[in-house]
Amino acid sequence: MNLAALMIADSRFPGGGHVHSGGLEEAVARKLVTDEPSLRSFLVGRLRTAGALSAVFASAATRGRYAELDAEFDARTPSPAQRNASRVQGRGIARAAKRAWPSPVLTELLRVTPRPHHPVIVGALVGDPFEAAQTVAYHAVTGPATGAIRLLGLDPFGVNAILAHLSSEIDAVAAMAADHADTLPEDLPSPSAPGLDLLAEAHDRHHSEEVRLFVS
Amino acid sequence: MSADHVHPVNFDPTDPGHDPHDHGEHDHSHRAVRIGIGGPVGSGKTALTAALCRALGQSVDLAVVTNDIYTTEDADFLRATGVLDVDRIEAVQTGACPHTAIRDDITANLDAVELLEHRFHGLELVIIESGGDNLTAVFSRGLVDRQIFVVDVAGGDKVPRKGGPGVTTADLLVINKTDLAPMVGADLGIMTADAHRMRGELPVISQSLVDTPDAPAVADWVRAQLRTLAAVS
Repeated sequence: MNLAALMIADSRFPGGGHVHSGGLEEAVARKLVTDEPSLRSFLVGRLRTAGALSAVFASAATRGRYAELDAEFDARTPSPAQRNASRVQGRGIARAAKRAWPSPVLTELLRVTPRPHHPVIVGALVGDPFEAAQTVAYHAVTGPATGAIRLLGLDPFGVNAILAHLSSEIDAVAAMAADHADTLPEDLPSPSAPGLDLLAEAHDRHHSEEVRLFVS
Repeated sequence: MSADHVHPVNFDPTDPGHDPHDHGEHDHSHRAVRIGIGGPVGSGKTALTAALCRALGQSVDLAVVTNDIYTTEDADFLRATGVLDVDRIEAVQTGACPHTAIRDDITANLDAVELLEHRFHGLELVIIESGGDNLTAVFSRGLVDRQIFVVDVAGGDKVPRKGGPGVTTADLLVINKTDLAPMVGADLGIMTADAHRMRGELPVISQSLVDTPDAPAVADWVRAQLRTLAAVS
């Protein structure tokens, strides 16, 4: 795996990811996730929906077409809160990338979309369809997993083992996504999770009403 | 090299080297000065922020970013005390890690600062108040130009000698709530002596916002920093 992919996947990467829980905080507030089994179920669901969507777009973004992919990702993300969370994290990666990996490709990407969706800029930076897809698929589950450790005090070894045991599922999602590297943007699949959409919207509303520690 | 100054040692044998006197790439002219206020929970960071807004708000174009872990509570406090317009306060969620948000991954705070700079073009000062944390918390130099660390006498007079990067390296250490010293059995003399011993030449201000609600000594220090930073930009 190339170094850019490893760095972007590292939780110490300063791209702003640590303030996002991918809907996990709202799920915890509603007692939908309370322990390791319910966390695993949440992560598998997120991987196969939001994670798969991200993976497909990261894979496709390794071939350029940034403006089209950015618009098509909007069209496949009905929740405004999720669209914003994706763009905020994409912009966070852009800020780091301008210093770390300046290139004509990055300049062109930020020219056509100054606040790119997260998978689009990851695809552009990583370059390889499978590795780009694997990076964002992994990212789709690590944010909520860390959130569960912080919010529920779950055993970090238990949560780490859950992530490790998702290895074959993450790779399967990445392989599916890699097959779509050359698919036309408008023909890319659109796996969706209405439950996650609703959690994201509820979380966003609750910001103004009660305590929330994560942006999403 | 002349004898009146030194240059940093370069340990990298592959570095082709550069002119140490070339400061061309550092340009502070197009952004507000950023001052961080950090310190343990309950030490009075928000009260100091409000006091600075009262003291400086008429003469300095300023805004505040708050990182309180309970999201909008600090922002609500500043709004309720009427010291700052609502749209000059941005609250940042820290993902349950206040020190990460000001030190290791400052993305959310930079987004908030840039949003305020975009909203108010003549902005001169952004005060970034961290969430309450422990003595190891410190602001990244990528986020702030200067930082103030706030401890209070009710936290115990041994806090300054415990040290930690906040106490030892902050540009200003504030020992807050001095009016409480007799009530909690804290020895102010020991606290200030320890603070100076731990910090060398770096300044220490003891204050009570009960006695001086507008924090005049800290406000003067902030004004001096604004002049200094404006001069180098």
